[in-house]
Amino acid sequence: MSKVLLKGNEAIAEAAMRAGCKLFFGYPITPSTEIIEYLAKHLPEAGGTVLQAECEVAAINMCFGAAAAGARVMTASSSPGISLKQEGISYLAANELPVVIVNINRTGPGLGGLGPTQSDYFQSTRGGGHGDYRLIVLAPSKAQELYDLTMEAFDLADKYRNPVLILADGFLGQMMEPVLLKEKKEGNLPPKDWQTDGCKGRAKRKIASYFLVNELAEEACQRWQAKYDQIKEAEQRWESFYADDAEYLLVGYGTCGRIAKSVVLNARKQGMKLGLIRPITLWPFPVKAFTSHFDGIKGIVTVELNAGQMIEDVKLAVNCRVPVHLYKRQGGMLPHEREILKFVGQVFNLPVRGEA
Amino acid sequence: MQKVFGRPKGLTEIPFHYCPGCTHGIIHRLIGEVLEELNIIEDTIGVAPVGCAGFSLDFFSCDFVGAAHGRAQAVATGIKRALPDRIVFTYQGDGDIAAIGTSHAIHVAARGEKITSIMVNNAIYGMTGGQMAPTTLTGQVTTTSPYGRDNGVAGFPLDLPKAIATFDGAVYVASVSVDSPKNILQAKKAIKKAFRVQQAGLGFALVSILSTCPTNWGMSPVDSLKWLQEKMIPVYQMGEIKVAEEVKGL
Ligand SMILES: Cc1ncc(C[n+]2csc(CCOP(=O)(O)OP(=O)(O)O)c2C)c(N)n1
Ligand code: SF4
Ligand SMILES: [Mg+2]
Repeated sequence: MSKVLLKGNEAIAEAAMRAGCKLFFGYPITPSTEIIEYLAKHLPEAGGTVLQAECEVAAINMCFGAAAAGARVMTASSSPGISLKQEGISYLAANELPVVIVNINRTGPGLGGLGPTQSDYFQSTRGGGHGDYRLIVLAPSKAQELYDLTMEAFDLADKYRNPVLILADGFLGQMMEPVLLKEKKEGNLPPKDWQTDGCKGRAKRKIASYFLVNELAEEACQRWQAKYDQIKEAEQRWESFYADDAEYLLVGYGTCGRIAKSVVLNARKQGMKLGLIRPITLWPFPVKAFTSHFDGIKGIVTVELNAGQMIEDVKLAVNCRVPVHLYKRQGGMLPHEREILKFVGQVFNLPVRGEA
Repeated sequence: MQKVFGRPKGLTEIPFHYCPGCTHGIIHRLIGEVLEELNIIEDTIGVAPVGCAGFSLDFFSCDFVGAAHGRAQAVATGIKRALPDRIVFTYQGDGDIAAIGTSHAIHVAARGEKITSIMVNNAIYGMTGGQMAPTTLTGQVTTTSPYGRDNGVAGFPLDLPKAIATFDGAVYVASVSVDSPKNILQAKKAIKKAFRVQQAGLGFALVSILSTCPTNWGMSPVDSLKWLQEKMIPVYQMGEIKVAEEVKGL
C-alpha cells in the first residue's frame, strides 16, 4: 500500500477507480474539476470511460443508465451543477439505483464563489429534488477520508440500492495531503438481480418509477421509507473528540470539524471542558452521538459555513434540552479558531484567556 | 392452416392502453417485429419516455428502463457505454425528444452514440391533454395555442430529423409515416435499418415516424389519417434523409 501526495479531488478520483468505478459522466465546474480531469487521464488505462456530457442533466441521466445496466458509476460537480442534477437524483432514488455523486460545494445562491462553504447542507440532507427521498450523505474532513469514504460510498450505494452523496468543499478538494492508497475491501454485497442488461435466460426486467394508482404509489413510498429507517439505524457515523467528559460541545463537519479540533485542544489547555462531535454521515444525521453523550452537556455551539442549517438537526437531536448556538461564516470565509473559542466563552459566560 | 400474421415475439401479451385509432400501437408492432426478425430481443434494452408511451415498458418483451421526460437518450448513452455489445434504443414522443430533450438529441448525434432512437411525431403533447409541441403545425389549434399556432408568437414547426442529419455522428436518419399500408412497410424498413446500423456499430440512427393523436386532435381515427397525409406530410422532409456511405452496404 503506497502513500502519495494528492489533492482532495484527486483522492476522490483515485478511490473511485480503485473501488471498481468504470464509468464517469460529468461536466466541468470549479472547484470540482480535478475529479473529471484526473479520471480522464487515468480511467482509460484502467479499462474505463470518462464521458464529458453536454450538461449536468445529461451526466446524471447517463449515470442512471449505467447504474441500471449494473455498472459502478460516479458523477461529480459543484453546487449549480448539483442543482441541475436534482431531477435525475430524485429518479435515481425512486428507481433505487446505486450512483455515487460528489458535490464540492461552492457558495450560493446563484453562481456564487469558490471559497469553502457548507451552503448545500439542506439540499443534500433533505433529498434535494422532488419527492420524499433521502440520499446517504458522507462528509469527509481530510484527503484520506475523502479517499476512504469515496471507496465506501460505492459499497453503501450497492448495499442499499441508493444514491450516495459525498459533500465536501473547495478547501478540502484543492488541498494536498498524504493519502494511503488502501485497496478495496471485498464486501458481501447483494447480487444485482434487478439490473437491465438484456433478458437472456431470464424473464424480462424493467426499471421504472411511474405510478398512476395511488395505492401502488403509497406502497412504494412505504418500501423506500422502510429502507431509509434501516439506514438510519445502521449507518450513523461520527467522530467524538474529547466529548466523553465534556460540558460544552462543538458540532462541526468537514472543514469546520477540522478547525473545531484545534479549538477543543486550546480550550482544554485552559481547563474548559469542551468537546467535539464531528458528523461523518450528514444523512442519516448521527443522533446517537448526542444521546450517548448527553448527561453532562450544558450547551452546544454548531460551527457552520452557512446561515445555520445543520443546527436544526442538532436541536432535534437534543430535543432542545440544552441551548444550541450557531457560529457561522458565509460566502467562502473560514472561521478562526480564536474567534470560535471567544464565541463559546461569550454565549456560555465562560472565561477565555489569551488574545481572545 | 398456415399462420401468416400474429403478435410478434418482441411484444408481450399485455394489451396496449392507447386510445382507439392511435398509431403508437402500429409503431410498437413494427418495432416488436424488427426485434424478433433480427433475433435481438434478449440483447436489447429499451428506454421509455414520459409521454403517452410511458407505459411502453410493459409492451415490449425486452428489458426496459423508464427515463425522465426528455432524458431517454442520455439514459441510453449510459446503458450503451456500460454494455457496448447490447442493443439500446429509445422510444420518444416529439415533445420528449424535440423540446425538453433536444440537447441530448443533438449530442448523441454529434458523438455518434451507437444507439437507435425512434421519435413518434404526432404534432402535439398527447399525454398531458393536447398542448402545443415544437412540431405543432402553423395554425394548428391546441390547448396552449387555442387560436392556432402563431409563428410570430410560437415560432415554426421544428423538423428535428433534418437538423440531426447534419451531424457527422448521425449515420442514418429517416422520416416515415404509418398512415397507409405502403408507408407502414416503408416505416418498418427504416426501423429495421436503424437497428442494423447499431448492430454493425456504425453510429447514431434516428427514425422519426409521423403518427396520429385522434383524441387530442379532436378527430375520428379515419379523419386523423387524412389530416396526417394532407397537413403533416407536406411540412416535414420525408424519406431517408441521411444514409452515410458505410450504411449503404447494409
Ligand atoms: C420535467 C417534466 N416536465 C413536464 C412533464 C409533463 N409532461 C409529461 S409528457 C409531456 C409531453 C408529452 O408529449 P410527447 O413527448 O409529444 O409524447 P406523446 O404523449 O404525444 O406521445 C409533458 C409535457 C413531465 N412529466 N416532466
Ligand atoms: S392521447 Fe393521443 S397519442 Fe396518446 S394514446 Fe391517445 S391518441 Fe395516442
Ligand atoms: Mg407528441
